[in-house]
Amino acid sequence: MSIRGKAHRFGAHVDTDQIIPARYLVTTDAQELAQHCMEDADPNFVGRVRPGDIIVADVNFGCGSSREHAPIAIRGCGVSCVIARSFARIFFRNAINMGLPVLECSEAAEATQDGDELEVDLATGTIRNLTRRREFQAKPYEPFMLELIEAGGLIEYTKRRLAGPGEVEGV
Amino acid sequence: MPMTLAEKILAAHSGRPRVEPGDLINVRADLVMANDITAPIAIEQFRKLGVSRVFDPERVVLIASHFVPNKDIQSAEQAKVMREFAREQGCVYFEQGQGGVDHALLPEQGLVLPGDVFVGADSHTCTSGALGAFATGMGSTDIAVAMATGEIWMKVPPTIRFVYHGRMGRWTRSKDLILHTIGHIGTDGATYAAMQFEGETLQGMSMDARLTMTNMAVEAGGKTGLMLVDEVTLDYVRPRARRQWTVYEPDPDAEYAATYEFDASQIEPTVSMPFSPGNAVPVREVGGRDMRIDQVFIGSCTNGRIEDLREAAEIIGGRRVAEGVRCIVIPATQRIYLQALREGLIEAFTEAGCAFCAATCGPCLGGYLGVLAEGERCVSTSNRNFPGRMGHAKSEVILASPVVAAASAVAGRLAHPEEVVS
Repeated sequence: MSIRGKAHRFGAHVDTDQIIPARYLVTTDAQELAQHCMEDADPNFVGRVRPGDIIVADVNFGCGSSREHAPIAIRGCGVSCVIARSFARIFFRNAINMGLPVLECSEAAEATQDGDELEVDLATGTIRNLTRRREFQAKPYEPFMLELIEAGGLIEYTKRRLAGPGEVEGV
Repeated sequence: MPMTLAEKILAAHSGRPRVEPGDLINVRADLVMANDITAPIAIEQFRKLGVSRVFDPERVVLIASHFVPNKDIQSAEQAKVMREFAREQGCVYFEQGQGGVDHALLPEQGLVLPGDVFVGADSHTCTSGALGAFATGMGSTDIAVAMATGEIWMKVPPTIRFVYHGRMGRWTRSKDLILHTIGHIGTDGATYAAMQFEGETLQGMSMDARLTMTNMAVEAGGKTGLMLVDEVTLDYVRPRARRQWTVYEPDPDAEYAATYEFDASQIEPTVSMPFSPGNAVPVREVGGRDMRIDQVFIGSCTNGRIEDLREAAEIIGGRRVAEGVRCIVIPATQRIYLQALREGLIEAFTEAGCAFCAATCGPCLGGYLGVLAEGERCVSTSNRNFPGRMGHAKSEVILASPVVAAASAVAGRLAHPEEVVS
């Protein structure tokens, strides 16, 4: 599966309070949450982002609160994938669980500027910066994560497991 | 092969003789929790699983903690979703006015116990690790699966050990130790790791003080923060426990990814300046006339327990909150509220000019009861000071211990307690 979109560059330690401030956590509706996505990091983000665009950030993206509203808001405003030098643990889990692609790649994050055109092959983890004509390789997913992603997230995976004959091997 | 405390607990809950960092395991949960913000999504996801009942209603806890008593129609609707689900499933449920902030409430009520694996849809679930439990925060979807099956996948984390020696100075508190530690290792210094806190400094600490430290493990990226079980833990647990518990100990020759040692006698009252918990500095270096403040918040799952209120009341009581400053005091649970009432603390705070409210997360996450305007600055005993955390994106939060917060309320600026108390 290939994704193409414009990069929106953010810094280090973008926490979930900036991704979706707590004052908006009175709903679980993706479209409502999306209207305030990244509001406290960049109030103009929602106005600029287009379907398919890609968030590119430095280290520890998604730190702080466990709110799943954060990846819901990101996906809700059309962002196709998040690339960062590293992710905070709970955000990474939440994103995988709901099927929002997240790729860890220091080189791509460092080389990408705001507005660059990116192309991402999710199956191989290849990231192409079309503006700068450079290619990067994201850290591959562990096999179990791939299984989760391929199943369509944790809910679908668990449904299969509950319906299946027994324990999934290894987990 | 020897194991750390976290590995011992995870091995016992995954039916394996041993586990190693990096192992992917399916873990049996002793307790599963969600709150009024995270439960609505968890419930939506639970319904999609096609399961009709939670795995064990006595081990699924739902707590109205964040936007309560409800601040608006939308938060009331969300609270209603959780309340109705709790009733339908017969879960353990704490109604507004009868519970409090989830992470203070669960240990207090004896619902989380030593040796437990406890998963909660709230990042500060790690607080309960002070009881010698493996407590970790997750998202709502993870919690939906845990509610349905009583199990959840985990990757066994490496353990980083933090050892504290020596006696803390007169005005140093456990909050200063953890702020100093996060300042030292950084806000991603323990990402994915279990933080095992130990050392003679902790042995002399109450459970209230210990819970403050494990509460902030997630602020260093930690999957959990844990402490070893001792007599202090058991004295706390015995009168409250609602079921049996198991004490696990790390093997003496267990392997740690790293060990950090601290001399607690050298750690001064510390604050974390905007906009990161890792931006820790001694209060002496940043206090003074220039550090004007608009608000002080004493409360939260970090520092809203009875000892915190007692210490703050000792400084604020008999004095006045400085002109131009608002001081908001919120106990973390209703039991603490009642205790504060009986001890005369509410009177002391109120006479000094503080607003004292019923147990809730309140302003900590900018929910309500003390949201900041543009350009305002608050000294807070809570755990996060990210941009916009307590209100406007251009407001500031300084993290501090209850004694520093109380002294600041009286001084009208960021202050060291000795500037107020002779």
